[in-house]
Amino acid sequence: MKRLLGTAFALTLSSGVAFADTVRLGTEGAYAPWNFLNDNGEVAGFERDLGDELCKRAAVDCEWVTNDWDSIIPNLVSGNYDAIIAGMSITEDREKVIDFTQNYTPPDPSSYLALSADVDLAGAVVAAQATTIQAAFVAGQGWTVVEFATPEESVAAVRNGEADAVLADKSFLDPFVGQDGLVMLSRMEQIGGGVGMGFRKSDTELRAKFDKAIQSMKDDGSLNELIAKWDVATQF
Amino acid sequence: MSCMQTISDYGLRSIGIGERLLPTSDFTLCQQFTLIGSGMIWNIYFGVLALLAGFFLATAVALGKASANAWVRKPSQWFVFLFRGSPLFIQFFFAYFLFLTLRSEIAFFEPFTAAWLGATIVLFLNTSAYAGEIFYGALQSVPKGDTEAADAYGFSGFTKFRKITWPTMMRLAWPAYTNEAIFLFHATTLVFFSGFPAWKQQGDALYYASYFADKTFNPFIPYPILAGYFILLTLIVIGLFSLINRRLNRHLPQLSRPKIRYRPKLFR
Amino acid sequence: MFEYCANPDSLEGLTWLSCYLTTGKHLSFYTSFGTVLLLLAITAPVALAFGFGGAAMARSKVGPARLFGKSYISIVRGVPDIAFFMFFVIALDQGFEYLRHQAMCPDWDQPIRQGNDFVVCSAAKLPLSTSPQWIHEVYGFFLAVLTFAIVFGAFAANVIFGAMNSVPKAQIETAWAYGMTTRQTFWRIIVPQMWVYALPGLSNLWMVLIKATPLLFLLGVEDIVYWARELGGTKHARFTDYPHGDWRMWYFLALLVFYLAFTKVSEVVLDKLMKRLSLGQATAGGEALRRAAQ
Repeated sequence: MKRLLGTAFALTLSSGVAFADTVRLGTEGAYAPWNFLNDNGEVAGFERDLGDELCKRAAVDCEWVTNDWDSIIPNLVSGNYDAIIAGMSITEDREKVIDFTQNYTPPDPSSYLALSADVDLAGAVVAAQATTIQAAFVAGQGWTVVEFATPEESVAAVRNGEADAVLADKSFLDPFVGQDGLVMLSRMEQIGGGVGMGFRKSDTELRAKFDKAIQSMKDDGSLNELIAKWDVATQF
Repeated sequence: MSCMQTISDYGLRSIGIGERLLPTSDFTLCQQFTLIGSGMIWNIYFGVLALLAGFFLATAVALGKASANAWVRKPSQWFVFLFRGSPLFIQFFFAYFLFLTLRSEIAFFEPFTAAWLGATIVLFLNTSAYAGEIFYGALQSVPKGDTEAADAYGFSGFTKFRKITWPTMMRLAWPAYTNEAIFLFHATTLVFFSGFPAWKQQGDALYYASYFADKTFNPFIPYPILAGYFILLTLIVIGLFSLINRRLNRHLPQLSRPKIRYRPKLFR
Repeated sequence: MFEYCANPDSLEGLTWLSCYLTTGKHLSFYTSFGTVLLLLAITAPVALAFGFGGAAMARSKVGPARLFGKSYISIVRGVPDIAFFMFFVIALDQGFEYLRHQAMCPDWDQPIRQGNDFVVCSAAKLPLSTSPQWIHEVYGFFLAVLTFAIVFGAFAANVIFGAMNSVPKAQIETAWAYGMTTRQTFWRIIVPQMWVYALPGLSNLWMVLIKATPLLFLLGVEDIVYWARELGGTKHARFTDYPHGDWRMWYFLALLVFYLAFTKVSEVVLDKLMKRLSLGQATAGGEALRRAAQ
């Protein structure tokens, strides 16, 4: 089902580049538009396009693997795949455990979705996905946070009145605006840093390769094109 | 920060007493032990409440299944089949969905979507079905001689049930019922994991264990701590149920008393 | 799938549904039912083997073996299965790679644990990073089977341990009187007879196993719950040809029906099996067993 030999694979073979080890890219596959499964059950989205292009530029064969978000870092450090490319914000806590490339999107603000535009957040019930930076943020503000296992359920909680607002990445919430009367509040939060690829700390060589590839995409503007195509963040 | 300080800050965190913010960096073993232990309050709460309430419904279900009246028997049979035939995971999903729908119609159902009430109801129904089946099996094995003797002594109706049938049924069912209790406590870990949302970061032991696993990126410390707490809880449950078992069988000669053995005689 | 599915926007009603239900994703969903059944079919005998080993150890005359067997049974059963599922797969994987590393790369000079990283030489990796994806999937499946088998093996061990002790003492004493050794008594007298006593417990265990499968997704296997959640979630028109709202309800309903039906079938089959075994045992024991199984 997930037998996804990236297009990069075919390209490398046909252009006769020296055979390299396969790089396994770990992603979640449940976070549109960053990464999701399309109707055929293949990984698609901004990061699929980006990852395939980066692999081409770094001249490595890549293979896509999906993994549950909760165990995505433990599985990387345990060596089950070689890189995380899953809309993961670069944070201090994570940098203690894994190394990031430079960011491939500028920081994406977190925003609120509610049924009415004038929710008083301080007295409201705010939904978030469990153990995300957003959940920690709401708790830190002293507001009432209610945590759901998946981002989908946290949005559903607002729709059915369980919560007054939901806090999540703006790009994730954007497609929901207008559905069932959901509106986005004007208030936004800058919580996470930019998004980058994660590597094992011992894998410096591979990280450098991808870092260089990201730089080259930034330089020739192709990264901005991709960001615009999938509307995941502001451009560089 | 000393460990005593941590315990007083977080010991009751799961029910909203103490520090409001969970630790966010420099996690110590003491913090993990304290918070996961604090979460056990919820596991015990769910388990004890569901077990106590479920005991009565289970008795009713067992009698219903044994009833000659099809209007009583069929619903009892279906109730047991539905709750024993489907995973608890899916029962939580549907219950939460049902409570959400109800509350949008009737204000009375407002608190039902919170775990303290909603999840308790699901666990209560679930354990009633399992225990009901156990009690039913025991009811079927009550020696005919006992009831005949009761008839001969002039017992009848409710008195006969209360003084003769019911105590024997309990005695026969108790070892299996002990296992059901243990399974029920284990099942309480599913409440916040898949079923109900956690409010204000107040969750059960598994919730805090996965919080630490997520923050430290190391699953090898918090989950074994969780496992340790549950082994302790299991031992306590076995101990308590053995005491009751002794009392139930106190009229029997020492050697023929059935011992409590933890056997997976039932399914969840 | 069908020719007319090329342009889903123009479809309506049943035609739309027929296209929707045959997307690649849905086919994966249907396949995952097979995955779950396959896993059950493989896990059951493996767990039985673990259980047999555990029970044999728990009643062993050798102290350490008995201690190991008994603690395996009581520790694993005292803990909710979910707690094991959360870290077992990674632990097993690292354990295997560590052993292979020791055997295959003796002259490796770097530490295996580098901070949080777990680094073994590339020859020791499981599976090798050059292997195709399906090998990775088979390996992941194998780890899931092993985890299930270890957890449910402990339950099986408990049942089998009880069953071994239920074999009438007179039988064993007779065996000794005939001059059989302990080993002969175990294999020729206890093992053949214990199955009848173990069956009620084991069939219950089978039911437990069925209902533990919704937790498979924790072990990295893309099971029916994984796909039900994925397919049921809200789909926006930007990312799919078949946009819809929150349909998880319907997918979970399908799972509910699947589990109820599977339970029913299992009950019927096990009932028949039990009846046949009891028929063969026209003794008081067989009679009691028949009553106990109800």
